[in-house]
Amino acid sequence: MGESITTDVVIVGAGPVGLFAVFELGLLDVRCHLIDILPKAGGQCAELYPEKPIYDIPGHPNVTGQGLVDNLMKQIEPFQPVFHYGEMVEALEVLGTPEAPAFRVKTDSGLSLECKAVIVAAGGGSFQPKKPPIDGIEAYEGKSVFYAVRKMEDYRDKNVVIVGGGDSALDWTLNLHPLAKRITLVHRRDDFRAAPHSVNAMRELVAAGKMDLRLGQIESLEGVDGFLSSATLLGSDKTKTVLPCERLIPFFGLTMKLGPIGDWGLNLNENLIPVDTEKFETNVPGIFAIGDINTYAGKLKLILCGFHEGALAAQKIHRYVYPDKKLTFQYTTSSSSLQKKLGVN
Amino acid sequence: MVKITYIDSFGESRSIEAEEGTTVMENAIRNSIPEIVAECGGGCACATCHVYVDEAWYPLTGQPSAKEEDMLDFAYKVQANSRLSCQIKVTSALDGLIVTTPDRQG
Repeated sequence: MGESITTDVVIVGAGPVGLFAVFELGLLDVRCHLIDILPKAGGQCAELYPEKPIYDIPGHPNVTGQGLVDNLMKQIEPFQPVFHYGEMVEALEVLGTPEAPAFRVKTDSGLSLECKAVIVAAGGGSFQPKKPPIDGIEAYEGKSVFYAVRKMEDYRDKNVVIVGGGDSALDWTLNLHPLAKRITLVHRRDDFRAAPHSVNAMRELVAAGKMDLRLGQIESLEGVDGFLSSATLLGSDKTKTVLPCERLIPFFGLTMKLGPIGDWGLNLNENLIPVDTEKFETNVPGIFAIGDINTYAGKLKLILCGFHEGALAAQKIHRYVYPDKKLTFQYTTSSSSLQKKLGVN
Repeated sequence: MVKITYIDSFGESRSIEAEEGTTVMENAIRNSIPEIVAECGGGCACATCHVYVDEAWYPLTGQPSAKEEDMLDFAYKVQANSRLSCQIKVTSALDGLIVTTPDRQG
């Protein structure tokens, strides 16, 4: 906590567009830190469609989401970007002037970074857990309903209900089973997306009478002051069962929300950030927005457009970082100084 | 052309003409049908184009794939007639198809 870092640019979002901005900035000697709420680089490409082929990346007739991310990571390696995964930018404070901008960026874990420019490359926003359709669930969140397991001790000797059929649901079923008083796994069907070995391990525990598996959906919650006592299950056979429940952990995947970016004093247009098309700068000098999160006349939400936007934003950012240096345009094919930076010469 | 009717969660109905070979989701987006988000753009990767297929039409839309069933796990208020509309291909057999949208897409 309280750690403070000084760098040139903070990039919010480590999707393909944020990653390529590192390259364009790197050629101009601008150093970057990237922050992403996901535990890895790649944004939607890696999280939503790692295996899907993309057909409209120039020069790549067919590349998967993950393949593109892997290539971008390799391409930016020479510039040694620093990644902060699993963190969400919570606050952005303006320190400088419009002519010489400076910012302090703070994440939800208490990390603090000072920089001269910020690039918002947050795509559709940050990935956040989806909530199950249960009325009044908000009242229990953070007290007895959790969308991620942070402290395992919180589940000791408790009746725990886990909802879902993927790896998170199955892994936590198996991990919390030795600690909890009783685990009930609830899923809408008797088929699981999770790895077969964890599904088998779960079925063995059920067969041995050590935990319960229920098919259906949680319909309502009962409790006092945010503390759950039971949950009502609507079974796939339409019967209702009251399950003892002191902790509920629903795993319903992720959805994208704009999140705290909405509070940074940037103009917004239907959750998108308007920018100019010369520098891709927002209404706040020194804050840029590139990729799916920005908007301007003629905007197309294509990865290739995001690459272009990053290249142009880098030119202006160079002026903020090196106000006294003249910027000469160079090609990587012929410039020995660019090739040196790339480590190929 | 194939006629598709989308009924929203308030009961309002909108009919459009769709080309064969497109998906029920694509036609919703092209025609600005409300309550279909399609966050991932048709990749069967987000469960935000969830619809309830009219019981009479449900068998004609085919069986959801294993991948679609996996994504339906993430949808809101899943029922026996739930489908992801990006996975329903428009064919002449579906002329007159009726789907209802849920009041929330996650």
